[in-house]
Amino acid sequence: MFKMLNPRRFYHAVGRKKFWEFILLAVFILFFYGPLLNMVMLAFANEYSVPHILPEQWGFKWWGYIFQQQSLVTSMIQSFVVAIITTAVSMLLCIPAAFSIARFKYPGRKLFMLSFLLTNAFPKLGIYTSIAVLFYKYNLMGTYVGVVLIHMINSMMFMVWLPASAFRSVHRQQEEAARDVGAGPIRTFFKVTLPMAMPGISVATLYTFLGSMEEAQGTMLVGMGRIQTMPVAMYGIVLDSSAVQIGAVFAILLIIPSVVMIFAMRKYIGPEAISGGFKMK
Amino acid sequence: MSNERKVKLEIKDMTKLYDNGDGVRHINLEIYEGEIVTFLGPSGCGKTTILRTIGGFLDVTEGDITVDGQSIIHLPPEKRPTAMVFQSYNLWPHMTIYENLAFGLKLRKVPKAEIDKAVKDGLALVSMSGSEKKYPGQLSGGQQQRIAIARSLLLKPSLLLLDEPFSALDAKIRQQMREELKKIQSDLGITVIFVTHDQEEAMSLSHRIVVMNKGKFEQVGTPAEIYDNPQTLHVASFIGEMNFINRDGKTIAVRPENISVRPGTGDDLDGTVRTVMLLGHYVVLNVQCGGNVVKCNVDRELSDRLSIGDKVTLKFNKCSIFDEEEGFVPVEQ
Repeated sequence: MFKMLNPRRFYHAVGRKKFWEFILLAVFILFFYGPLLNMVMLAFANEYSVPHILPEQWGFKWWGYIFQQQSLVTSMIQSFVVAIITTAVSMLLCIPAAFSIARFKYPGRKLFMLSFLLTNAFPKLGIYTSIAVLFYKYNLMGTYVGVVLIHMINSMMFMVWLPASAFRSVHRQQEEAARDVGAGPIRTFFKVTLPMAMPGISVATLYTFLGSMEEAQGTMLVGMGRIQTMPVAMYGIVLDSSAVQIGAVFAILLIIPSVVMIFAMRKYIGPEAISGGFKMK
Repeated sequence: MSNERKVKLEIKDMTKLYDNGDGVRHINLEIYEGEIVTFLGPSGCGKTTILRTIGGFLDVTEGDITVDGQSIIHLPPEKRPTAMVFQSYNLWPHMTIYENLAFGLKLRKVPKAEIDKAVKDGLALVSMSGSEKKYPGQLSGGQQQRIAIARSLLLKPSLLLLDEPFSALDAKIRQQMREELKKIQSDLGITVIFVTHDQEEAMSLSHRIVVMNKGKFEQVGTPAEIYDNPQTLHVASFIGEMNFINRDGKTIAVRPENISVRPGTGDDLDGTVRTVMLLGHYVVLNVQCGGNVVKCNVDRELSDRLSIGDKVTLKFNKCSIFDEEEGFVPVEQ
């Protein structure tokens, strides 16, 4: 058994190509999951100091600490509130836009689609600062409306491109067949087009929700500390280096909604769904 | 066509033009109750355009379309007494077969028990009984088209419109579907308009065929009329096999089965045997006559006596002659 673990034997047993692939994979996994593993370990460490590898004492001390901190609990609630509002408002605005892009031909359609890319191409901080100037004028600084608007800037591209491609994949004949058997245009949309585009729309919704959950930069700037979402609160914790464990616990709390949602929608998420959304037609 | 028959659909001087100037102009046609009429032509000839204007998916530029004497051109597709089956993507993949079939009936507020019965009968009609709970993705292409036809028939349309419904299917299934469609049509006595680019399909299905080319009707008639007396060169070349022989600025069109071949010289056309191909119960002979190669269908008895290079003479039992202006002179010999 142990004889087989000899690197030379292993090299000749699997061949050169496989051997290097294996090494590469091992390094990659260590690089990728090492810090994550460390974080999970820290979250369950009551006592930990730097020279040690493993914590001196395991436990749930910091979990209890976080749930006792009123401000941190509020930040979780605020995060969810902002994410849910952002998702709902984006859906309301972007799905009709996506439908129009997919179904109607009008001048400026491509430019309209590209404009969403532009907001993602510019340095975010620059955009946020110039937006802040406007927001001051309209008294949106430090309000929910302001923060939701900032989050929507990030989500718009997903929310328009992915559903547009989903609508495009619904064949005209399928809509016409519905008209033919007696459904009006509105019923056709809700009974045929929308349900058939639902996988693409749910992926976009997922990205919007998760994107909003983890947005920190813009929230910090526009929220002015009054709107404290989880990522914003985390900045404070990370800077306060006396308790790294709090950051670890918080990170795990932030991951939970992502993991739950990705698991729930795993059927729809894949390279195809995402690349399909970025086709320009 | 006899005049006592009831006119189901009438197209009166209908024009439909697209933005780029393509389309169909000044179309006139009467379709009778219980008839299968096929629009036949190459792709882009405007046959689907006419079908879609009848179904309500295209506006007409000019003219009128009536069903049972009522104009339908101002009605949206959902209000028209027509039902359409498309080439593909007819079914809604997120609904079961039952839901697909029941959709139109539910909109008409038909009671549940009646819907159940109608769906059952509809599936039986297209020999797909028991597939209510399946999803379209679990069926083959041919089965999906059957369901689509059943769905259209459930709504008891005045007029069934079929837009190349079998063209995505493979040859064997296509033939089977053709036979089934013909049987269903004669059982129910409904009026059917069928669009296809497949002449064999048109010949085998239709009571009348409308041969189209470049947005115009070339000829309207029964399959026999169209096959035996083509009115234009295009019809002659599009339907069946045809030899074209140029002589004195005129074109003689003659079908391979209408040529008698005998060894020697002296009949309508002399030539030499180029190839002999056995195709089962008959033999195809290619005869070189000057610059033309003429295809003739002959029997085994004759072909056994002929070999490549032999001198033969051809006699045209039946042919059509077209002069330069494409005028038509039928000649029976």
